[in-house]
Order: sequence, then structure tokens, then C-alpha cells
Amino acid sequence: MISENVVEVRGLRKTYKGLEAVRGIDFDIRRGETFALLGPNGAGKSTTIEILEGYRDRTGGEVSVLGADPQHGGLAWKARLGIVLQSTGESGTATVREQLRHFAGYYPDPRDVDEVIAAVGLTEKAGTRISKLSGGQKRRVDVALGIIGRPELLFLDEPTTGFDPEARRQFWGLIRALRDEGTSILLTTHYLDEAQQLADRGGIIAHGELVAMGPIDELGGADARVPIVRWIRDGVLHEERTREPGALVARLAAAGEPERLEVIRPSLEDIYLDLVGETDAIPMNEGSAR
Amino acid sequence: MSATITRPAPDRTLRLGISRAGYEIRSYFRQGDTVFFTFLFPLLMLTIFSVAFSDSDFGQTPDGDPVTAAQYYLPAMLAAGVLLSGLQNMAIDIAVEKGDGTLKRLAGSPLSPVSYFIGKIGQVLVTAVLQAALLITVALVVFGVPLPTEPERWLTFAWVFLLGVTTCSILGIGLSGVPRSGKSASAVIIPIVLVLQFISGVYIQFSALPEWLQNVANLFPLAWLAHGMRAVFLPESYSALEQGGEWNLAGIAIACGIWLVVGLIATRATFRWIRKDG
Repeated sequence: MISENVVEVRGLRKTYKGLEAVRGIDFDIRRGETFALLGPNGAGKSTTIEILEGYRDRTGGEVSVLGADPQHGGLAWKARLGIVLQSTGESGTATVREQLRHFAGYYPDPRDVDEVIAAVGLTEKAGTRISKLSGGQKRRVDVALGIIGRPELLFLDEPTTGFDPEARRQFWGLIRALRDEGTSILLTTHYLDEAQQLADRGGIIAHGELVAMGPIDELGGADARVPIVRWIRDGVLHEERTREPGALVARLAAAGEPERLEVIRPSLEDIYLDLVGETDAIPMNEGSAR
Repeated sequence: MSATITRPAPDRTLRLGISRAGYEIRSYFRQGDTVFFTFLFPLLMLTIFSVAFSDSDFGQTPDGDPVTAAQYYLPAMLAAGVLLSGLQNMAIDIAVEKGDGTLKRLAGSPLSPVSYFIGKIGQVLVTAVLQAALLITVALVVFGVPLPTEPERWLTFAWVFLLGVTTCSILGIGLSGVPRSGKSASAVIIPIVLVLQFISGVYIQFSALPEWLQNVANLFPLAWLAHGMRAVFLPESYSALEQGGEWNLAGIAIACGIWLVVGLIATRATFRWIRKDG
């Protein structure tokens, strides 16, 4: 039953009323790894994750999640998953602790309720009704409910929307701890730094197709990461991509000090934006110099 | 894997259903608006009618004692309570939970829909029983309504009440699919419930309605429930005012029974945690 891959997707397609939202994608998630699915809104990310969670039926292709077809996943299968959906509008009258204690009862081997509350940083709010919490705090309850059942595979669909920077850092720590315990994680996020911090591997999805996949530090391939040297001479902006920026800079300097010399290593964000085709200009902006 | 569920499923389904019922009951009493519009509303109406019509003539018992407004309206309000606690509460609750993502969350959890419904029906049952007890107690203590002493009448009360609560709950589940969003749930459900109450002899004396309207009302369970409650709490002689001139207990069982079966089939066939897109 323990296979290398907790998720296997082959040729997945999803059509809504003749519109192709997902057009044949393939990827695997290995046991114990954190996989980030990245892409702009409407690219097919959420459709894909909801198919894996069993919320949507696919139009074509093969999908296996923890060895089962999500379209026919039973209760025992669901007990092995943790699902953090995109923000919902729930505002229950239960307190944080009541809610978690209640949901813990659904699972055969739940985590300790107070430990989970502490892990998401809500200890002080444990006795507060969920409806009285702030948006970011409610989101933490969502995360807590996602992990209370000690899932083997955790789906996190834009989990940190509405978090302040400190809460996001805390959350990253929690996800790393889960990963260290062996939890496999599928993460979607708009924050590329988050993906870079948390994921082992990732895929970029655009227009329903996977346009890149691999270890998060190598996404987009080696060519996309070739540094860019940029300088101004005689009022003209020059740019050159080179694998040996040091040598280029030395040559430039030998001919006289260039103006505004920069060596830019494309960030995940630059590569991402290149790949999803939303920009040619943005990676060249001044602000993105590292 | 260690994470497979080892308990036998029926046991687990029931256990979670009971846990769910406790959770639902607690939530119910924390929502001020449901407590008022569902739980206390019949009591409020009973009080208003009893006071407003305290000088009106509601006939008399064979012994010559006058029947008070409170005695006359108690059965109607008990029937209304069954409808509100069962149908209105259930329909609005589930529609709201569909709209706000509660059902989607549950759909992704290892909770069986059967447990969910055990929880809902448990909540309805407990709140409806408390509501009826409160109504009867206030009627007795505050308004001095004489209660039946014959065990057969209480037996009738018990089965009419339970059948009514169950039928209304199931129909409420069915109706929960009608509102298009959680926000419109109250606006869609409450008028249906109100109209039913007006044509079924809850606010207006049933025998005062034109015969055709009585016949329309008799297509729905509420008129039958009100009829059954009158059979329990009004003097025997009042049966003369009913259609057919007698208490028709078999009619209650048949009408509610048909609605119950139809509702169960419809629920089984149509209920989904979430609407899977096309």
C-alpha cells in the first residue's frame, strides 16, 4: 500500500461547457515531499487540486491519490487526507477548541487538540467563538482543521492569504514541522517566496497546461537562470546574459567604469512571470536587482 | 496503513451522529435569531392570542366550562412549533451551510452524510421537544389551560408529534435545495412556512376557512398536524367542527406518512454534500 508516489496524475483533462480548464497534465507527488502548484488565477490550479480532493469529477485522464481514484474515495480514504480549502465564509458559533475537538472525533488517530491550537498560534483564542475571530485567525482555524486528523497527504490551497508577515513565517515553520514528520503536501500559492521556502518540487500551470516542473530551485531550466549583467554606457542601456558574469564585469571595468552596473540572478518570480507569459518587461525592472 | 478506520461502520456512523447532534444543539442555542424565530415564536404567538382574544368566545366544554383562547390556540401553536423546528429550521440551516462552505468542508472529512443527518434530526428532535414542553408548561401554569388526563390522548400526542417532527425535518432537507444561496434562504423559506400556517388552521380557525381552501391545506402535513393536536387538547365535542365531523387520526398517519416517504426518497436521490459542476 505504501507506494513511492502519493499522487499520480496522467493526462488529466477537465472541460467546463466546452471550455478546457485543464488540458492534459501529468505530475507525481512523492511520499514525504512538498509539491507546489503555481500559476495565475484561472490557469487550472484550483480545478486540478479539487479533482485530487474528490470535489470535482475529471473529464479525462488518470488520477490516483493515496492509491485510490478520488472520484470514488470512501470515508476511510478521506480520513487519510487533510484539506485546507480556499477561504470559506463559515463563521461558526463554536469556539476554536470546540470546533477542533469535534472534528478530531471524525478521525481514527487525531492530533492533540491543544497542541494543534498552539501550532497555529491560537492558544489565546482557544475559547473564542470562531465568528468573533479576524480573517487571518479564521484562516488559521482552517489550517488547524486540515491537520487535526494527522493526514498523510495535506492539501493547502492558498493557505496564507490574509496572514501578516509574522503569521506567514510562523506558518512556514508549522509546514516544515509537518514535512519533517513525513506528511506529503500539495501547496498552491500566489506567493512565490512561500513556494521557494517550503516546496521540494513544483509545477507551473498556465492555460491549463504544465509549462514547467521540477525541483523548485531548478524550475524553468538552467537557461532561465542564466544571470543577466546590465549596465549603462554613453546613456545607452546594455544587457547581456552570461554564465560568467564575473568575467564580463571584469572586461567592462577594464574599458572604464560602467554606469549602474548590476548582476541579476533571475528569481523564481522572474522565471515564473516569464513562463506564464504575462510579462517581458517586469524582470528587467530596476527593483528586481538582487 | 495505520490510518484506516477499524471500527465497524454503523457504530461509527451513529457515534459521530450523536456527537454531531450535541454540536448542532449547542450551535442552535447560540444563534439568537433562530432561538427567537424558531424556538420562542410559537410561545410568543400563544401569549399574544391568549391575551388579545381573552374576551372572545371559543365555545365550551360539555360540562359548560368556557374554552379559553389559550386552550384553543395551544394545539395550533404546538403544530406550528413542529413545522418551525422541523421544516423551517432544517431548510434554512442546511441552505446556509451549503452557502457558507460548511458542507464542502464536511464533504472533505470522513464524516458520513448519514451522521450529519442524525445530528440534524437529533437537534430538531431535542429542540422541538423542549419547545413543546415549554408551550404546554406556559399554557398550564400561566393561562390555566386544562390538560388531557386520558393516557390515550397523550399517546396520540406522542405519535403525532414524532411523526410530524420527522416528516417536517425530511421535507426541510428537501426544501433546503430551493434557495439559490445561503443569504436568500430565510427569504425563500419563511414565506412558504407562513402561508402554510395561515391556510392550515394555525392562526385562523380552520373551520372558518372555505371548504376548497381546507382541501388545499389538507394536501400538506401541517393541517393534519394541527388537526391531530386539536384532537389531543380540545374537548371531544369539538370534533363536530372538523371536516367530516370527527377526529381522523388515520388521515394524519396517511398524509404525513406519504410526505415522509416522498421526502426520504427525494432526499436520498438528490442530496449531495456539494454540487459537482457540469
